[in-house]
Amino acid sequence: MIEVSNVQKSFDGNPVLRGVNCTFETGKCNLLLGGSGTGKSVLLQCIVGLMKPDIGSITFDGTVYTNNKVAIRQEIRRKIGMLFQGSALFDSMTVAENVAFPLQMLTPEMSAEERRDRVEFCLKRVGLENAGTKMPAEISGGMKKRVGIARAISPQCTYLFCDEPNSGLDPATSIKIDNLIHEITHEYDITTVIVTHDMNSVIEIGEHIIFLHKGEKLWDGTKDEILNVEVPELKEFIFSSSLVRAAKKVDDEGGLATITDESPEGANI
Amino acid sequence: MFTTFGKFVLFLQGMLSRRERVAVLWARTVDEAMLIGVDSVFIVAIVSAFIGAVTCVQIAYNLTNPLIPKATIGFMVREMTILELAPTITCIVLAGKVGSSIAGGLGTMRITEQVSALEVMGINSASYLVFPRMLASILMFPLLVVLAMVLSILGGYLAGTLTGALAPQDFIEGIREDFVPYNIVFALIKSVVFAFLISGISSFKGFNTTGGALEVGAASTGAVTNSIIAILIADFVLAAVLL
Repeated sequence: MIEVSNVQKSFDGNPVLRGVNCTFETGKCNLLLGGSGTGKSVLLQCIVGLMKPDIGSITFDGTVYTNNKVAIRQEIRRKIGMLFQGSALFDSMTVAENVAFPLQMLTPEMSAEERRDRVEFCLKRVGLENAGTKMPAEISGGMKKRVGIARAISPQCTYLFCDEPNSGLDPATSIKIDNLIHEITHEYDITTVIVTHDMNSVIEIGEHIIFLHKGEKLWDGTKDEILNVEVPELKEFIFSSSLVRAAKKVDDEGGLATITDESPEGANI
Repeated sequence: MFTTFGKFVLFLQGMLSRRERVAVLWARTVDEAMLIGVDSVFIVAIVSAFIGAVTCVQIAYNLTNPLIPKATIGFMVREMTILELAPTITCIVLAGKVGSSIAGGLGTMRITEQVSALEVMGINSASYLVFPRMLASILMFPLLVVLAMVLSILGGYLAGTLTGALAPQDFIEGIREDFVPYNIVFALIKSVVFAFLISGISSFKGFNTTGGALEVGAASTGAVTNSIIAILIADFVLAAVLL
């Protein structure tokens, strides 16, 4: 479990995070939801240690991460796997070398054979068993995301962070990536945090959703609760999509979904 | 300027603290030595051979006084090559080739979040990415400078003898005249200092790139410009202190 307590962050005097308090539960897909510029990615970077919060603390399974000793922070970092928005694969390495990289660096005691087996296992797990020899430039965006996931889970991480895993992907591939992250979360009982503004992801895998608006947490709940919320900012965000409006209509009335321009009451679109 | 220098010092400190394992760094250094050293042999060979040739021809053109022995041409080619042309011009060429490559490579890694990926894994990205590049430069630049010295003198010999400016034995006599071995040591010291400056400045520029592709280009340009200025200042300081 990851606990975020009163995290605040400003850039040149402009507050981006205004005292965020939230908990990310173990064994669940925790979604950080919000529009562009609401501080989702900044919060994620504060959690993984790429940015230091001005005020507040972050705790990983009871161990304080913020402002702790370098050795302790290092220890926690080695349990973190992260899928970046642009995948961030090392472009001078093959797919298999990318997946093997954290193992080489973090588990030097592992034999070459064990490492090879683990890489094969991870690539097979994400459905890329035949792509090991390819370079990142030779594979599609969806495949890159899957390699990113394989690299994140290869050192048997405890915490998985995904920064907009569906950006730049078609809806079918997005759902595959979402489901893969969901399966991996439950299979290995890890704490997964996904930054997204994709409502398809919310409906598909949103087991615990945290809605950020202007650097503050306005709501948290599950995908079953989100369509019936009364928070105007969240309603406005959710029902800006015709597809979600149609889904809501189906949910309310039953029957065939129709796409309409009408916005639910309270949503100022 | 002082702020930037302070940041540069902190950058070097960050690179040296929490170093990665020696085996990993050595393997990375060998890879970088291939890119920085071996891949630069061709350009260094071409530049140094032609500089030696042009130096010899121009000295011969200016030394028309019959009282000055022809061997002086060989002597001057050797002195100019060892003291200045081989270390300084070679390193200025390398600032363009290696410096832009280091800054561009690190800048691209930074904007595509590859550096962040390393940091999230708990790896000291400066130690993993920058230290091997700097060490490889410090190891390879002196070798390239020695190669440049040899080829530059050879270029001078071929140009001088093929154009009929002087006889082969005159040139050989000139390059053996009043040889001071310390000059070689001085040139090698210069090459190590220049290697540190080029790799350090370029890495600093690339590592701290923010933005997009345009900023990567700007970082490369800045790395080359600043490296060349640093080389020229260091060249003067070293000449004043060590000669």
